[in-house]
Amino acid sequence: MAQHTRKGAQFQAVTANRLADGIVVYLTADAQWSESLQDAAVAEGKEAAEALLAKAAPAVEDNLVVEPYLFEVVREDSGIRAASVRETIRQAGPTVRLDLGKQAELSGVHS
Amino acid sequence: MYRYDEFDQQIVNERVAQFRGQVARRLSGELTEDEFKPLRLMNGVYLQLHAYMLRIAIPYGTLSSRQLRMLAHLGRKYDRGYGHFTTRQNLQFNWPALKDMPDLLAELATVEMHAIQTSGNCIRNVTSDQYAGAAKNEIEDPRIVSEIIRQWSTFHPEFSFLPRKFKIAVSGTPDDRAAIRVHDIGIQIVQDAKGNIGYEVYVGGGLGRTPMIGKKLTDFVPKEDLLAYLEAVMRVYNMYGRRDNMYKSRIKILVHEIGAEEMKRQVDAEFAELKKAGTLHLPLEEVARIEAYFRPPAFEDLPNESTELNKAVLADPDFANWVKSNIAEHKVPGYAIVNISLKPIGGVPGDCTSDQMDAVADIAEKYSFDELRVTHEQNLTLAHVRKKDLHAVYEALKKHDLATANINLITDQIACPGLDYCALANARSIPIAQRISERFADIARQHEIGELKINNSGCINACGHHHVGHIGILGVDKKGVEYYQVTLGGAADEKTAIGEIVGPAFTEGEIVDAIEKIVNTYLGIRTEGERFIDTYRRVGIEPFKENLYAAH
Repeated sequence: MAQHTRKGAQFQAVTANRLADGIVVYLTADAQWSESLQDAAVAEGKEAAEALLAKAAPAVEDNLVVEPYLFEVVREDSGIRAASVRETIRQAGPTVRLDLGKQAELSGVHS
Repeated sequence: MYRYDEFDQQIVNERVAQFRGQVARRLSGELTEDEFKPLRLMNGVYLQLHAYMLRIAIPYGTLSSRQLRMLAHLGRKYDRGYGHFTTRQNLQFNWPALKDMPDLLAELATVEMHAIQTSGNCIRNVTSDQYAGAAKNEIEDPRIVSEIIRQWSTFHPEFSFLPRKFKIAVSGTPDDRAAIRVHDIGIQIVQDAKGNIGYEVYVGGGLGRTPMIGKKLTDFVPKEDLLAYLEAVMRVYNMYGRRDNMYKSRIKILVHEIGAEEMKRQVDAEFAELKKAGTLHLPLEEVARIEAYFRPPAFEDLPNESTELNKAVLADPDFANWVKSNIAEHKVPGYAIVNISLKPIGGVPGDCTSDQMDAVADIAEKYSFDELRVTHEQNLTLAHVRKKDLHAVYEALKKHDLATANINLITDQIACPGLDYCALANARSIPIAQRISERFADIARQHEIGELKINNSGCINACGHHHVGHIGILGVDKKGVEYYQVTLGGAADEKTAIGEIVGPAFTEGEIVDAIEKIVNTYLGIRTEGERFIDTYRRVGIEPFKENLYAAH
């Protein structure tokens, strides 16, 4: 699988696409999947991140999501931010169509 | 245009039914993602950044109004009310759900369309010239041979698991609008001294991370031997193309590594064997049968000059600008080729709403024999419009924001979906095209600059054809930040060239100024009548480089 996170990233979250419709989802602390990055469980350090990723496995087995992976996030007062441009766009929607995607549907989306 | 026979319809229907079963088994868990992925890709279904993407084949870029109306309908019902026309003359939907895909494909099949050969390591949907059947200097309508290749290549068992994808393009005129020299196989229709029509064949062209210009392997393949020749090329590739390294698996690498002469020797040997067997000898009556589908429509006898047109040009300066840039000469007196720009100022290149699709379908039905074309430069073409109807067509297009007068001008840019949609992209490409479009919005300035093709790609895979843009822009990722590398001097026509990198990459904030500097450099040094590409070929990269990096 492609690497979407930086080596040595301090904070990471787990994302995937929902199998039935492909929508981007985030793994939450209670092992559910949310469409909002703001609901994501954030792991600190490598070991915690790997443990978090392991919690995604049952949803893959149960055919709920596909291709879960870790990505770097930043914790801010205003909430969780994706560190890369790619993940920022995934949690929001196309920057060229602000009327589409999560940016048009959810609160807490950042640009 | 071509109409499905019972076999075509049956295989498409059966394919939909088969995929319906595969989707159901994936959703129920009978199939794992690893098992399902190659199956969905064989049906044009990708998983992109935000959702699934469906790529629909538009064979050689030709569509009927009925088919376009269906695409509009599918966009509304299963997507977000729009689609994206690509550099492969295909249409992509960006948001369909996997669970809806079988129903979507079943509706699509009712208008003789599908998503087969739009993904995977097979011979992909054949592309061709949008002016087919209308161009003045056309030797033969390229859709005839394109359709024959489609029938030969679809589900060809020997070529279903090639080392990598394989793209074929056909041009029927010496002016190449199909970029044939940057395809795995490029076919140029030619005529010999005795008037026989045959095919010049280029092999091993391509863009991506290793751009190459195709090598001419033969000057003339007779009509009846074309499939045997293509099969010979495919066999050599299938046998010797690399499967150990996906970055070296395209035929261009094979041709480069063994050399064009050795490639030709091997192809000729296979060709001789295939001819001996005779099974791929193309009966001329079969060619005639296909040809009949592409017979010219019932053109009227018209004077070449249209007083209605001349009057409207004088009365309406905006229309005059549109005529100047968007209209091309037609082979029949009194007719014109209309190019519909899908590049409104500040818009997304290639995007078209369902409402716009319906509008174009109506206009094509009323004014252009009920059919239209998709171009590899992400525009649409009405191939046969009476000159006296041009103003009415323009007015109808204008109502739907489809009358932008910029074909072949600086704002008529190619852009791949880039990081706004694509899972492979490293950087965004659409916003760069939009900012450039806005900077050069002034129509007088665009005409002053003249023909200039800017191509934008969001990664090295080069779906935005940046290597062959007169100015190419490649988005790269440097430690999570988008940068843009500029190439100059590329071309995708009969004088195909790969652009040269001008220097260090620019940030998102710098790139539009850099493009403007390049354009101003050209304006400062061009001679009378010189297009950007002509000036570049005369002076080379240095003057551009000097001006661009002078302050650095």
